[in-house]
Amino acid sequence: MTDELAGTDMSHRPPRNQWWDVWDQFKTHKGAMLGAVIMILIVLFVSIGPWIWQLDPSESPSKAIDLLRGRNQPPSLAHPMGTDQLARDFLARMMAGGRVSIFVGLMAMALSLVLGTLIGVLAGYFRRLDGPLMRFTDLFLALPLLPLLLVMVMLFRETLSQSFGPETGIFILIVSAIGVTSWMQTARIVRGDVLALKEREYVLAAKSIGTPSRRIISRHILPNVLSPIMVSATLGIANAIITESALSFLGLGFPPDFPTWGRLLYDAVDQLQLYPMRVVLPGVAISLTVLSVNYIGDGLRDALDPRIRGR
Amino acid sequence: MSDIATTEAPARGATQRKLVEVRGLKMHFPIYAGVLRSRVGEVKAVDGVSFDIYEGETLGLVGESGCGKSTCGRAILRLYDVTDGSIVVDGAEIAKVPQANLRDLRPTMQMVFQDPQASLNPRMTVAALIGEPLDEHTRLSKKEKLARIYELMDAVGLARSFANRYPHAFSGGQRQRIGIARALALNPKFIICDEPIAALDVSIQAQVVNLLEDLQDRLGLTYLFISHDLSMVRHIADRVAVMYLGKVVELAPREELYSDPFHPYTRALLSAVPEPDPWIEDKVERVILQGDVPSPANPPKGCNFCTRCPVAVERCHVEDPEFREVQPGRFVACHLYVDPKSGTVEETAASEANEHPTRRRS
Repeated sequence: MTDELAGTDMSHRPPRNQWWDVWDQFKTHKGAMLGAVIMILIVLFVSIGPWIWQLDPSESPSKAIDLLRGRNQPPSLAHPMGTDQLARDFLARMMAGGRVSIFVGLMAMALSLVLGTLIGVLAGYFRRLDGPLMRFTDLFLALPLLPLLLVMVMLFRETLSQSFGPETGIFILIVSAIGVTSWMQTARIVRGDVLALKEREYVLAAKSIGTPSRRIISRHILPNVLSPIMVSATLGIANAIITESALSFLGLGFPPDFPTWGRLLYDAVDQLQLYPMRVVLPGVAISLTVLSVNYIGDGLRDALDPRIRGR
Repeated sequence: MSDIATTEAPARGATQRKLVEVRGLKMHFPIYAGVLRSRVGEVKAVDGVSFDIYEGETLGLVGESGCGKSTCGRAILRLYDVTDGSIVVDGAEIAKVPQANLRDLRPTMQMVFQDPQASLNPRMTVAALIGEPLDEHTRLSKKEKLARIYELMDAVGLARSFANRYPHAFSGGQRQRIGIARALALNPKFIICDEPIAALDVSIQAQVVNLLEDLQDRLGLTYLFISHDLSMVRHIADRVAVMYLGKVVELAPREELYSDPFHPYTRALLSAVPEPDPWIEDKVERVILQGDVPSPANPPKGCNFCTRCPVAVERCHVEDPEFREVQPGRFVACHLYVDPKSGTVEETAASEANEHPTRRRS
């Protein structure tokens, strides 16, 4: 650590981007890497898969005889995962369903995260907003979820379908319905953390420099509340996928012939004893997605914390 | 080093220009209670403090825990919205300026914090921490900024190879150096050191204090050095202010204060300093104060110190003593001090406490 050493060592190595440190640490977390690989495989399966496996997921044979012969087939070369009760190819349905489920999960999670973090940070940081925003959060927590969703679907389904087309319209409706009803936990956790963080001396130090509030929040507060946000994000994806399937089951979500993983699961439940694979496959797909997202979140949280980094 | 070295360094405490003038500074924190959160009172953390700091000097601010030292320092930097009073820093009145307009004045005055662990964001590298003030107030290119960061790291004795590390990888003394480098980044004139050595190992304290003195000599800085460590204040400060329960009770040049304190509280405080020589230590008569510091939410009537003062008289319980200049450069707030020139009672309040000292002013 002599001056000479410092000079030679340092002048050639300017501070590198922090994200490289994050990536280096992320690579050492085995579970996270495995989770990332599985997640990428699932995403490839649902995004590229339909290009390769071009059977229509929602088309049944038009002739009654084909329908009767072709339904509930066990796995074969023509149908690697068999067919369902309407003789539709199950592999194609898994791909199409995964596409919707993962997209709904990610979007709804992102929406609830943005809402929750925004409200949590505002309530925690600005004392004047704390009361109103937290009462607003309480209000949402107290709302009965199902009637609220029913009303939302009743009110907006037609208008959204008309302006964005039936599928996109329903998609927007579902994502916003799930997002708007699941941000409260995040908001509360974030608010609690922000309340503690804003009294820390480094926030005071930033104030003494003259840093405006918005940059104090983005530079000092947000990076330090990342861990709880990360945790609620990973839990949020799982929640969103499951809520979506529950909605579809109740007939509030996507139309019945429109495949999602949750929908496939519910359709197959009544024939569980006869065709267990049709329950197991979407179930495993949901579990794998949730699990890999959880592990990625875990690894990311560790990698983003410099105190844990390098251990 | 260009920036730092070109600043001309005046001799310590040489100039007589007032850099900071604090008059009647009050910082009251409201207390809310009850169902309706109504205001039931206030914590008078700082209650009418006045002093000047001359350019290039170090003013020590001492007092026991909870007497309002840190609050006073933070209020001067306007980290709080002060209740009352005036603060003039480098010719600009800042006590009532809205926070948004203060931004341009911030570079003049900076702060070094008590706990180097808590005052550095754990998720920022050393380079980012020291560079933060530069991001806020200058428009340097990446390269210029890095050069300035290295220059500052050299100035506080941090190896340049540390720039990419995070605060948790450093010892307390090194962290405090990072804090000092951050405070220096904008070439401030006035730095408030809020107990910068309280959280450090004794072996590191001297290093940090010497660094502060060294920087003062080189850059002509002015310090307000807040501490409860009387021997360290004696080492670094040119003048010393003693605070008790939100008020400055005595302010005097260092040597005079330590050799001949006027206020009974100062006397008690100084007698608590341990003496390294055991022979002398045995002979030292300590003034041991009874009781606790009263709550700043409910200070006693009259002199704040009257509840614990060993020499308090009736008047002390009734009338709040005025903070006045009793000798050139020496201020004290005590009824029992009477000017020798007026020919009545000397300041030896302790020995003559039983007699009623005549009033100097009434």
